[in-house]
Amino acid sequence: MAFLNFIFQPKNELEDGGREAGLPGVQTEEPEETEITCPNCHKSFPASRIDSNMHVCQCGYHFRINGRTRISYIADEGSFNELFADVRSKDPIQFPGYEKKLEATRAASGCEEAVITGTAKINGNDCCVFVMEPFFMMGSMGTAVGEKITSIFEYATEHRLPVIGFTVSGGARMQEGLVSLMQMAKCSGAVKRHSDAGLLYVTVLTDPTTGGVTASFAMEGDIILAEPGATVGFAGARVIEQTTRKVLPKGFQTAEFLMEHGFVDNIAPRRGQKKILQKILEMHREEDRA
Amino acid sequence: MSIAYEKVQIARGNKRPTSADYISHIFTDFIELHGDRRFADDTAIVGGIARLSGMPVTVIGIEKGRNTKERMQHAFGAPNPEGYRKALRLMKQAEKFKRPVICLVDTSGAYCGIGAEERGQGLAIAENLMEMMTLKTPVISIVIGEGGSGGALALAVADEVWMLENSIYSVISPEGCASILWKDSAKAPAAADCLKLTAQDSLENHLIERIIPEDDIENGDFFFLEIKKMLEEKFEELKKIPVDELLENRYQRFRRIGA
Repeated sequence: MAFLNFIFQPKNELEDGGREAGLPGVQTEEPEETEITCPNCHKSFPASRIDSNMHVCQCGYHFRINGRTRISYIADEGSFNELFADVRSKDPIQFPGYEKKLEATRAASGCEEAVITGTAKINGNDCCVFVMEPFFMMGSMGTAVGEKITSIFEYATEHRLPVIGFTVSGGARMQEGLVSLMQMAKCSGAVKRHSDAGLLYVTVLTDPTTGGVTASFAMEGDIILAEPGATVGFAGARVIEQTTRKVLPKGFQTAEFLMEHGFVDNIAPRRGQKKILQKILEMHREEDRA
Repeated sequence: MSIAYEKVQIARGNKRPTSADYISHIFTDFIELHGDRRFADDTAIVGGIARLSGMPVTVIGIEKGRNTKERMQHAFGAPNPEGYRKALRLMKQAEKFKRPVICLVDTSGAYCGIGAEERGQGLAIAENLMEMMTLKTPVISIVIGEGGSGGALALAVADEVWMLENSIYSVISPEGCASILWKDSAKAPAAADCLKLTAQDSLENHLIERIIPEDDIENGDFFFLEIKKMLEEKFEELKKIPVDELLENRYQRFRRIGA
């Protein structure tokens, strides 16, 4: 267990990462700015100092990061090979204004969709990865996300590779109506086939992972890790508050709260993620199995 | 007036038959089986074993209740995680004894509350999606009223999904959509149009297999007899399909959506 103490910060220290700081919608990153104020400790730092610390504040607050940056933190240099990059969102129910919103989002975020999929090596270990994109419609899941996640699981099953997935999502993308809801079932089917083939799936829940993504592939990992302070839940906290008129418990729907309630295996601070993923991958090598 | 929103109101109407009516009219010898064997018995989901024209089946329905007292008793048909876990337990039991499964869907959504989150609402739904995809027995789901988002889908990973003529099936409630999109839930009728949530839309978009007409919904016996015949015929057909092929078809049924 010693390595766990090394990888995972002590729990009380993690709890310093304030709950409010993790709420969706809080502005957390402005790459153009030279100074960044941490929404948790409210101190300001030069952007480069935060960047060089994997976008983690000295107080432990984990800033949201884009998918490409995350891949660079996880994959061995030059090892990431993107797959299914051409998959684009359709407008299956001709939702008013959706095409335009997609175009504007693509221009503003520099991303084509809310997930990046491919193969990579993590400290030499081959795997498939998917990384969701908080800056593309808050990682919402429409047909493109559903198709890419399903495809990467089918690819992984065919090539007998483990899957490492980083989730961040506001849920199903309402502009694609029922078609986006069906992506939950479609992805879950592909995860099940991968699982039934005896292959490993590890999810890392990042801020925020909610709605239809929580209710499908985010929670379907063999091992579920979460970034400190990340908001993870099914229904939105504000909706619950309004519906039930109850005061939410302290730390409700944080990664730590989920671990306490038995739904997350461990908290994985960003700095230790590559190492812990390496160890997990190495412990699941097929040639080592009894 | 938006036709879609009219349907939303009909689907939510408190004079519609609920799962209890379908169970008592279509099946015989229904024995209710309670509880998830983990935590509790969720009254928002009613399940058990019964006979469909003699054939043993498992029937699971989200129950909204037919009057104020019943509605309170059934939590207005908003299941908690233990409800989905009970449903999965009964489906696994059906798989073991090779009984076809009928799911009746009628919910505005999975229960939204502190306890539901603490007991893993997301995981409960996710597990049903995974397990239903490979359940080795035929499954038919019927949306009889409201098909509200993930809470409905958790009972609708099936070989065929049917919808009542005036039922709805949606990723989000029109009110929720309107408040996100236009910061005004009063614009729900416009949102209902945008969401393409009617049975007719779902059939057009190849998301369901059949619309059940409601011409005789007031004339109970005849209405239920028609549904009974449809179920008998479809299960006769599905039971002849080798299980591997059945599961491959079920996988492809969802795999092609949005591909």
